[in-house]
Amino acid sequence: MIYPVVEVLGLVNRFGSQLVHEGLDMEVREDEVFGIVGGSGSGKSVLLRSILGLQRPLAGTVRIEGRDITQMTAGQLRSIKARYGVTFQQGALYSSLTVLQNVQLPMVEHLQLAAAARDELALLKIRLVGLPADAAQKYPAQLSGGMIKRAALARALALDPNLLFLDEPTSGLDPISASEFDGLVLYLQKQLRLTVVMITHDLDTIFRTCNRVGVIVDRHMEIDTLERIVEHPHPWIQAYFHGERARARRSAAHGA
Amino acid sequence: MVVQVRRTERSLELDLTGEWRALQFAQIDAALAAIDLAGTRRLVISTEQLAALDLSGAWRLREFLKRARDAGAEVTFRSAPPDQLRLIDEALQAAGAPAGASGQGPGEPAIRPLTFIGRESVLFGQDLFMGFAFLGRVSVTAARALTSLKRLRPISVARHVYDTGITAMPIVALIAFLISVIIAYMSAQQLRNFGAEIFVVDLVTIGVLRELGVLLTAIIVAGRSGSAFAAEIGSMKLNEEVDALYATGVDPFEVLVLPRVLGLVIALPLLAIVADLIGLTGGALLCRYLLDMPLSQYVNRANEAIAPTTFWVGIIKAPVFAALIALAGCYRGMQVRGSSRELGRLTTQAVVQAIFLVILADALFAVLFMEMNI
Repeated sequence: MIYPVVEVLGLVNRFGSQLVHEGLDMEVREDEVFGIVGGSGSGKSVLLRSILGLQRPLAGTVRIEGRDITQMTAGQLRSIKARYGVTFQQGALYSSLTVLQNVQLPMVEHLQLAAAARDELALLKIRLVGLPADAAQKYPAQLSGGMIKRAALARALALDPNLLFLDEPTSGLDPISASEFDGLVLYLQKQLRLTVVMITHDLDTIFRTCNRVGVIVDRHMEIDTLERIVEHPHPWIQAYFHGERARARRSAAHGA
Repeated sequence: MVVQVRRTERSLELDLTGEWRALQFAQIDAALAAIDLAGTRRLVISTEQLAALDLSGAWRLREFLKRARDAGAEVTFRSAPPDQLRLIDEALQAAGAPAGASGQGPGEPAIRPLTFIGRESVLFGQDLFMGFAFLGRVSVTAARALTSLKRLRPISVARHVYDTGITAMPIVALIAFLISVIIAYMSAQQLRNFGAEIFVVDLVTIGVLRELGVLLTAIIVAGRSGSAFAAEIGSMKLNEEVDALYATGVDPFEVLVLPRVLGLVIALPLLAIVADLIGLTGGALLCRYLLDMPLSQYVNRANEAIAPTTFWVGIIKAPVFAALIALAGCYRGMQVRGSSRELGRLTTQAVVQAIFLVILADALFAVLFMEMNI
C-alpha cells in the first residue's frame, strides 16, 4: 500500500484558552510541492512544529511515511528525523560554525563517514544549492540573506532526504533572489524527486512552484489543487488570491 | 549486499542492488573497496535492480568510476547512466574549479611566540583604550542626563535596583552569615590558645564591616548582575535592537547603560549594609552559643573595637565597586557582534574582569586608608 508522505488527521492544538487547530486534516502526496497558506497567527508554524515532532499536539495523528510520530519514543523519532530536511524562516544556521560545518553537522550525527568523505559530500551539497565554493568557510554572520537561505537548504539536504519542509523560504529576499530561489527549489525537487512542503506568503512562489495548496482558515484546512483553490468561496481565500496584490500580479502575468 | 560482482576474462560486471543512500554509506564503501580493479579492461555497470540512489550514493559511485578509469578500464552502463551522476557533474561545473576542502575553519597560520606576545599586547592596549572611551562616553551621557529627571529614566533605574538589589538579598544575607560564622569559628579556635577569646568580636566586626561585607557582596553581584548586563545588552545587539535604538534617535547609552550603572550604584551599598547587619548577627550568634559570651558583652566589646569610621570605610567602597561591575558588564555587552559564541565569551569576560577590578580597587582602597590612618 502506498502511504501519503505526510498525513495529518484530526489535529487539535490549543494554547491556554486559544484554540489554534480544531480537527485539521492534511495530506501530502509523493513528488508534489505542497503549499501551506494562512493569515498571520492562523497556526502555520504550530502545524509545522507538530509535523516535525517539536510539539506534541493535544489530539490527532501525524504520520510521516505511514508511521505515526505522535506515538513514538525519542529514539524512534530520531530515525524519522534523518529522513526529512527542514529549513527555518531565519535560516537557523549555527552561528558559531562555518557553512561547511553547518552542512556536516547532520552527517556527523547520523552517518558514519570519514572526515574527507564528509568534506566532499558537504561541498557537493553547497555547490548544488548554487553557493560559491568560498562560501563554505564563511560564518553565517558573513552571508547575505539569500546566501543564508541557500546554506540552510544545503544543510536540509545533507542526508539526502526525500521530504523537505521549507518555512517561508523566500521571506526577506528581494524579488530577483526570491525568484532564483523558487527556481532552485523546483530544479532540486525535479532532479532529486523530492516531496516539498512549504509554508509561504509569497503569491509568486505559490503560483510558480506549488501543485496543491492547503489554506488554514477557521482552525482547519481547505486543500485543493492550485487551479481550484483560487475559486474557493471562503472569504479569506477569496481575499488572499483575489486581493489587490494578487490582481496586480495576475495582470502583470497576462500583460507579459 | 549493495553490489553483485561478476568477473569474466578482462571484464567486470557490477549489478548495483538495494538502496544506495547516505544512511548505507559505510556498507557501500566497504563493498566498493573490496572490488579489485587490477587488470580490468572493461567495467559494465547495471542499475536496473537499484531500489534507490541518492546523491551521496551517486557521489561514491562517481568516485569509484573515476578510480576505474584511472586504472585504465573502460566504463559503460548497460542502460542509461543514472541522472544523479549528471546532476553532480552539473553542480560541480556550475561552481567552477574545486577548492581545497578541510574540516577546519579559516586557516590560522602557526603563531610564533614573539608574534603572539606582540599581538596580545596590541590587543590589550586597544582594549584598554576602548574601555576608557566607553567610560568617557558613559560620563558624557550621565552629565547630559543629569539636566532633566526624564532623561535619568527613574523607572528604568528602579527596575534595575529591584533586579540587582532586592532579589539578591537572600543570597547575600546567607553568604554574609556563613562567612562571619567561619571567621568567628576559626579565630575562636586560635585565640583560645591564648585565652583571648574576647578578640573574636574584634576580628568579626572589623573584618565584616571594613572588608568582607562589601567585598563578598560585590563578588556575588558581579556574578549575578555583571553577567546579566552583558547577556541582556549582548543579545539586544545580536537582535539589532541596539541599532534600532540608534535609528530611532534614542541613545542606547542613555536607556541601556546609564540606568544599569545608576541602579547598581544605588543597590550595592544597600546590599552591603544588609551583609554587614547579617554578618554581625552571625558573629553574635556564634559567640553566644560557642563561646558562651553574653550578648551584652558582645555589644560592649564591638563598641570598643570599632572606630566611628569603620562602617563608612567599608560602605564608601560599595558605589565604586558597583560602577566597576556595571561598566564592565555593559561594556562587554556592547562589544557583542556576530554570533552567540561571542555572547558567551564576552559575558564570561565581563564577570571575570568585574571581579578582578573589584579586588584591584579594594587593594587601592586599603593602601589609601592606611596612608590616611583610618
